[in-house]
Amino acid sequence: MNNETYTFTNKTRNFTFALMAIGLIAIIAGFAQPTAPEDQHTRMWANLLVNGYFFMGIGLLATFFMALQYAAEVAWSVAVKRVYEAVSCYLPVGATVMFLILLAGQLHLHHLYQWMDPAVYDKTSPKYDELITHKHGYFAPAFFWIRTLAYLVIWSLFQRGFRKRSLEEDLQGGTAIHYKNMGKGALFLVFFAVTSSTSAWDWMMSLDVHWFSTMYGWYAFSGMWISAMTTILLTTLFLKRKGYLPNVNQSHIHDLGKWMFAVSFLWSYLWFCQFMLIWYTNIPEEIIYFQDRLHNYGYMGLMWTVFFMNFLFPMILLMSRDAKRNYYFLVIVGTVILIGHWLDVYNMVMPATVKGEHHLGWIEIGTCLGFVGLLIFVVHKSLAKAPLTVQKHPYLDESLHHEY
Amino acid sequence: MSNVTIHAIFDDEVPLLASAKTLRSNGVRIKDVFSPFPVHGLDAAIGLPRTWIAITAFIYGITGTCLATLMMWYMMIHDWPTDIGGKPSMAYFMNVPAFIPITFESTVLCAAHGMAITFYLRCWLVPGAKPKNPDPRTTDDKFMMVIELKEENRSNVESMLRKDGAIEINNNNFKYRN
Repeated sequence: MNNETYTFTNKTRNFTFALMAIGLIAIIAGFAQPTAPEDQHTRMWANLLVNGYFFMGIGLLATFFMALQYAAEVAWSVAVKRVYEAVSCYLPVGATVMFLILLAGQLHLHHLYQWMDPAVYDKTSPKYDELITHKHGYFAPAFFWIRTLAYLVIWSLFQRGFRKRSLEEDLQGGTAIHYKNMGKGALFLVFFAVTSSTSAWDWMMSLDVHWFSTMYGWYAFSGMWISAMTTILLTTLFLKRKGYLPNVNQSHIHDLGKWMFAVSFLWSYLWFCQFMLIWYTNIPEEIIYFQDRLHNYGYMGLMWTVFFMNFLFPMILLMSRDAKRNYYFLVIVGTVILIGHWLDVYNMVMPATVKGEHHLGWIEIGTCLGFVGLLIFVVHKSLAKAPLTVQKHPYLDESLHHEY
Repeated sequence: MSNVTIHAIFDDEVPLLASAKTLRSNGVRIKDVFSPFPVHGLDAAIGLPRTWIAITAFIYGITGTCLATLMMWYMMIHDWPTDIGGKPSMAYFMNVPAFIPITFESTVLCAAHGMAITFYLRCWLVPGAKPKNPDPRTTDDKFMMVIELKEENRSNVESMLRKDGAIEINNNNFKYRN
């Protein structure tokens, strides 16, 4: 079997270091900017939350995709297994970043989450908020941290386990590890079915703490999923371009393209369902979410941009079969989708935190580039650690002959 | 020089695919293949052109989108404007979110039904149609290749077929109704 290993060249490595340096400079510059004492650098923390959540989502949903492949015993994707495995390796890093951002909130370095401020529960305080007091049971620090740590730690443990067993399988062969992965994959899916929604409530929906939507969990989940699928596809195309992965043929690329196409529809469907139901019923406590975004704080242009980038653009460009097999189409659409979904997360966080004071300036873009560098660095480091084609997966042969 | 049609029977898809490739590379025309299940890569191996069903699906879908839009515009805006949930129907674009689900459903309905009906008509799978399958075993566990060839090439092709694993080669006694 082809046991070629990816070489993480100095050129690529330096490129990621340059991106990370830009990110670091942007973060330091952002925190160095003067801010009002009660403001606590909200812009910067919100900006970090956007990137922390978006990029962790890529690693997380790559883990989800991996679990899905295991649980369903998917054969075609075995040829690109190392690629989505490498993307999932970002999860522990992303989880750490997310943990640090939330911890900073708990230490009152920022109050992106209004409910983290003890004053809102204090009847004598001018910040007292009766509605949040009703939710205190759910948002009590102990309960919140048990949940948060459970998500981050258990997800990361699953990811490490899958990776470890995958490397063991390369040496050992047989079907024992395969069946173990299948069981663990199913277990992860059950755990993730609940925690994908609850984590979105805890970290994202609670930014608008007075508001709630039953679609939100799936909306956040589908947004992360499409970002992960796009990252997996772009990494595969990058490796193909560099002459790696000789066993990955047009049919594999086509299937990854189909995933990207399909999941962008899933996201559009959920995004629109959430919008339409709220728009139609027009109940004040629900409509405030879109009122803030569309009218109060001037995010209307961004909302439309996100919709066009993430729905109409991929729909029109990726509809035909040939487009899903074309390198340039996939790279262009993939890049647009990734930017679109980063903007979507921006649109989830910013109107709730900095409200009207949003700037999509060089600090935001620089921070994003820094995280892109970190993601590429972690993914490529993992790619270089193991042969790019798995060696002894039971379905490997079937995947190598994948053609239609 | 007369043309004959022969039936080669296989009991597995692997020799079938291999044989199809050999025959095609030797310039033999494969008229059709009967198989109990779809065989991946067979379309390309027997040289079938790409299906047009996707393009017809797109056309039917667009038709559905247009019909739904026209219908809702006529009903809700033009003929009898209605104020539903405090949203008076003054113009189509103002209420467009409310019209999306029907647009979507109608697109899917027209695309799916159009595709299915086109498929049935194209294969002539209509009530009362005569069966076209020359050998009922191909609905169970056998694969059959229908080959049209010139009488003088026959022995050559038959030996190629036998070499690639055909278990039977029969003369065509079936009257095709095309």
